[in-house]
Amino acid sequence: MSSTATKDHPQLAAIFNRDEPRVDWHDETLWWVRAKRDIAAHKLPEWELLRETASQIKNNVLSNLSSYLEQFEANAIKNGVTVHWAADAREHNQIIHKLLSDKGINRMVKSKSMLTEECHLNEYLLQQGIDVIDSDLGERIVQLAGEPPSHIVLPCIHKKKEEIGDIFHEHLGSAKGESDPKILTETARQHLREVFLTRRAALTGVNFAIAETGEIVICTNEGNADMGAHLAEIHIASMGMEKIIPQRKHLGVFLRLLTRSATGQPITTYSSHFAKPQDGKEIHIVIVDNGRSIQLGREDFRNSLKCIRCGACMNTCPVYRKSGGHSYHTAVAGPIGSILAPNLDMEKYADLPFASTLCGSCSNVCPVKIDIHDQLYKWRQVIVKAGYTPKAKTLAMKGMAFTLASPALYRAAGKMGRWTFKYAPFAVNNGANPWYKHREMPKAPEQSFGEWYAKRKDQHK
Amino acid sequence: MSREKILAAVKANQFSHAELPDLEILSSLTNTNDNLVERYTTVGSAGGSFVYEVADYDAIKAILQKEFKPGVKIISGIRELGDYTFVDDVKHDLSHSFADVELCILASNLGVAENGALWLTEEQMTVRVLPFIAQHLAIVISKNSLIPTMAQAYQKIGQSEYGYGAFISGPSKTADIEQSLVIGAHGPRSLSVFILT
Repeated sequence: MSSTATKDHPQLAAIFNRDEPRVDWHDETLWWVRAKRDIAAHKLPEWELLRETASQIKNNVLSNLSSYLEQFEANAIKNGVTVHWAADAREHNQIIHKLLSDKGINRMVKSKSMLTEECHLNEYLLQQGIDVIDSDLGERIVQLAGEPPSHIVLPCIHKKKEEIGDIFHEHLGSAKGESDPKILTETARQHLREVFLTRRAALTGVNFAIAETGEIVICTNEGNADMGAHLAEIHIASMGMEKIIPQRKHLGVFLRLLTRSATGQPITTYSSHFAKPQDGKEIHIVIVDNGRSIQLGREDFRNSLKCIRCGACMNTCPVYRKSGGHSYHTAVAGPIGSILAPNLDMEKYADLPFASTLCGSCSNVCPVKIDIHDQLYKWRQVIVKAGYTPKAKTLAMKGMAFTLASPALYRAAGKMGRWTFKYAPFAVNNGANPWYKHREMPKAPEQSFGEWYAKRKDQHK
Repeated sequence: MSREKILAAVKANQFSHAELPDLEILSSLTNTNDNLVERYTTVGSAGGSFVYEVADYDAIKAILQKEFKPGVKIISGIRELGDYTFVDDVKHDLSHSFADVELCILASNLGVAENGALWLTEEQMTVRVLPFIAQHLAIVISKNSLIPTMAQAYQKIGQSEYGYGAFISGPSKTADIEQSLVIGAHGPRSLSVFILT
């Protein structure tokens, strides 16, 4: 991560774009997932009502979040679960470290949790001498590669099977040159089974937390969350505070939407409801704020907290598909990540709301109807007003405003532009002009509309 | 204490009350009980499960005897399938000791036609890790326990109390390597569903 920290989205996307066939492959693979989502959604005549209902449930949650959190906590405690509260990433990491060190545990298995990516938990625990192994196959692959996930649902979607084969050969002892997904998955199964059977602590994320019952629901296809949690002495669940839903019956809405939107499956293989710890074992839930309460107070952006992390907005986004998840330099990439990240650090993530064509496809596929592209547009205005735009863009915009404010200058500039496009396109279409990195200009007309209109008036006199 | 600080910040920033929507329309729209077995079988098979319609437990035994060699470790949570180790007899064993289970057979009282998911609580699993750690899983359900969608599923589950429960809709799987579907990630390599008619 550190090498990418100083680069912005266009620079990182340029690195990804060096390998054009790979970009095409990445683009097509994600579009295929998006197409599967469409097929699954179109099978349900009530799909739009489901989305609307989910969005309204989340409205209710966000408008009563403090009381739902208290209700959830009280019921979880009644169930024999220990509840912790973390104001920020640092406190989250410290709580987990303390839980482990109090038991003398120095190795933990972890299933998918984007929150722990957001908090950089693995790096923190490693510094404390605690080894963490990610058990989701995609996450294990990127962990072995020393990279962050590039997609919240498909963590290693940017990797080719041959590269994964090389990683497994180096770290897990698979045969050199082996790239069959079946054989590589079996290699990981054997390796991780040993991990599940030997770890005393397991960490999982949380998909939904039910205020009414104090239970948490975790969804996986692999079964890795359950293997870890049921075999460990202590199960720690890291949960963003917005994961709350009011009642158990509301799962009947969200579980119908989640995987259909994510991968086009009707449901994940496992939807596990954890209410009470097993005899002699412990469940700890860490409720994390880390900027969420601030986002709740931003009227234009609070709807982003409705997100159920399906990844549909990424799969459909033309910019995400062609620039890759790592170009967003944040734990949650893509359109949703681009409206969440500026809340955490507006300066660091000032580039992300601009990594969009504002085509609106993200909002159209969002299962909880977040107005993602409107929020991207609104963030741009906030960021410009706060003075976080790149210098070159600010200068260009100022020049543009000056020219447009004077009719004489505007006419002269137009003439000059048309002449340039016609006789000297190389003067503008070159590496020194960043505008052309993103665009192709149309052929310049012989005359402007203004000139044509004036001439026409003369002829008809 | 962060708890008070967080709750105060949330309280200060949450907006005026928004009502919860009515779920009744969604559940009545989807509440069609025609061809539930057929619908379940189509979706379950597409999700990688082997779905059998069987008349009685003898039919299940016959299929299992064909699929699993004698001598492998099989644990059953169903009294009627008593030829195998009964789960109640080993429920105090360490969870880790089930790592060599070849087949686990459990019962479910709730199956969902729209997605192939079967609901099992700790009561039916007896040991939570069993349906995950076994190399293969078989689940027996009565035809009358099938319902159309998740909306009806949660109506049926209602306020019932459990320590742990899970919807299981197929074998453990992953498509993390280049989106190629591979059956048998960390959990069972197969799921056989026996629908008792």
